[in-house]
Amino acid sequence: MSEVQQLQEPTALEKPAVKAVAAVAILVATFALIAGGFFFLRDATAPRLLTALVALVIGVGGIWALFFSFNTVAELFGPTIRDRILPYVFVAPAVAALGFYIVWPGINTISLSFMDRFGNEFIGLENYRFIFTNEAMLVVLRNTFLWVLIAPTFATALGLVIAVIVDRFGPLTEKILKSFIFLPMAISFVGASVIWRFVYAYQPAGMPQIGVLNAIHTALGNLPVAWLTIRPWNNLLLIFIMIWLQTGFAMVILSAAVKGVPKDLLDAARIDGAGEIRSFFNVTVPYIQGTILTVLTTIVFLVLKIFDVVYVMTSGQYGTNIIALRMYQEAFVQRNFGRGSALAVILFVVVIPLLIRNVRGMRKSGD
Amino acid sequence: MSDTAVKKPYVRPSAVAGEKKSRALIAGIPARAFILAIVVIWTIPTLGLLVSSFRTQLAIAETGWWHGLINFTDFAQWTIANYERVLFADDMANAFFNSLLITIPSTVIPITMAAFAAHSIAWMVFPGRKILFVIIVGLLIVPLQMALIPVLRVYTRHGINGTYLGMWLAHTGFGLPLATYMLYGYISSIPKSILESAHADGATPWMMFTRLVLPLSIPAIASFSIFQFLWVWNDLLVALVFFGTRRPIVTTRLAELVGSRGQSWHVLTAGAFITMVVPLIIFFSLQRYFVRGMMAGSVKG
Repeated sequence: MSEVQQLQEPTALEKPAVKAVAAVAILVATFALIAGGFFFLRDATAPRLLTALVALVIGVGGIWALFFSFNTVAELFGPTIRDRILPYVFVAPAVAALGFYIVWPGINTISLSFMDRFGNEFIGLENYRFIFTNEAMLVVLRNTFLWVLIAPTFATALGLVIAVIVDRFGPLTEKILKSFIFLPMAISFVGASVIWRFVYAYQPAGMPQIGVLNAIHTALGNLPVAWLTIRPWNNLLLIFIMIWLQTGFAMVILSAAVKGVPKDLLDAARIDGAGEIRSFFNVTVPYIQGTILTVLTTIVFLVLKIFDVVYVMTSGQYGTNIIALRMYQEAFVQRNFGRGSALAVILFVVVIPLLIRNVRGMRKSGD
Repeated sequence: MSDTAVKKPYVRPSAVAGEKKSRALIAGIPARAFILAIVVIWTIPTLGLLVSSFRTQLAIAETGWWHGLINFTDFAQWTIANYERVLFADDMANAFFNSLLITIPSTVIPITMAAFAAHSIAWMVFPGRKILFVIIVGLLIVPLQMALIPVLRVYTRHGINGTYLGMWLAHTGFGLPLATYMLYGYISSIPKSILESAHADGATPWMMFTRLVLPLSIPAIASFSIFQFLWVWNDLLVALVFFGTRRPIVTTRLAELVGSRGQSWHVLTAGAFITMVVPLIIFFSLQRYFVRGMMAGSVKG
């Protein structure tokens, strides 16, 4: 509306010179706002509520002001030039952020992995040699392998079985059952770890057992067990937490896939005399194997990077450490940037096949 | 990839309630027992946490939380003192406030940037936009760990470490590939004719984006917002590295409590529940968007 009116009767703002000055003023003001906010927040000694308010205004408003002022400047030029500049204006902040937070650090981490602990001196493959020969590191690698092998397999298998079974209940029952199993997805890894620490809690014999697992164990006539210290089985108890967290994810995706299996196929199998279990393995599973593979790789990828569970449960003690946590400890506790980077690179190398598959899939669907 | 399975759930025509019920009978007792066992294992631990958080320190230490449920009428065991204590004496209220302060801009900023970028890649013409998109898809799965050390070094050099701004920008950078990927999928599927007619009516690119594309993308924006909000709210790693523990947020505070007061279950259970309140509210009130967001976000790096 207002734009149309302005086109018909040029106001002061329509005059090129005034417009230019206004646009530049907006741009300068935006930068001043963001820079001012930056220093204010960096050196904040102001009352907390004021800081919070400034933080929210700068954080949320700043980004919009940035786009708006760039756009205003671009509109100073004629439509032809404007339409040439604007695409870059729109992508530039995202490209800059991606470059600074992912691309550049990624490359930098690779080069740091060949450096000493301060990142000053080139030491070749020394960090990698250490990782693949040091005894504690080999335990870390073994545990990571166990995590990647067990958690995705069980979460996916369990999710699939649940998806197939709940499909037979009424829609409401199905929905409620699924919500229960999906619920852990909302909980943070730290929160889930506290939940399970409580389940695994241990009190010496003779004291009341307040952890569910030891309560059951002692009720059956056994002595209480400090579960998290028993090598190597404590790893399985930690891995179980991840299964608990991820089964809901597998279930939801596979449930959609299971509903897509043509009924004719299942009926045909039944007529041929296949029971529930045989038609599950011979019809359902082959039909949705693509989805199963996607779910598996997604959880593998997630499991590789998660460090919170082990961090909270054992801090990696009692032979439970994994690459993601050891990377954190090397880099940010021991301050050994070289070794930390090498561990990060190992995680990255493991996911490269997934990256290639993603990009290929994109290329195919894009062209 | 994974989200396609969710966005277009193919509902078998025969999957009507009546037939489902008759087939439920076929499902048989072992299957029902299995599902029951799973549901129990999937809910009991959380229930134990919730019940314990309302029991006194003494009651928690003397009897298992299930006794609390069995002897529900023993009112001497119930208390809200744990919450009072963890919120104020243990600084959790402060942490909650800081978490909100970090999470809200860390959600709004990447979505805004991603929406502009996705619109540009989808509907504006510039050389290299296809390659740019392929690169973004590749960046989707670069593990977070690859970025931490170099960014931290820059942060430390410029005093950004431990600031809100540093956290927002870090979460923005790490959340952008997914945000752009998701929003591109949605924005590029808007019918071309709508944009063309707007263009013919003299709409500027800015107007087309803010008044047409953005309102039309609300469902995708909602799904991603929920995913990103929860991701940042639940994040521990980025917070430990870039924010430190001098100023607490819910996850770092809870992890610290586990380290320093590992056996004080009255504090830990109440503390853990406080960190979960916001995600649980979102889960129960916005379940559809929540599920969509979590599905689509599962590939985040």
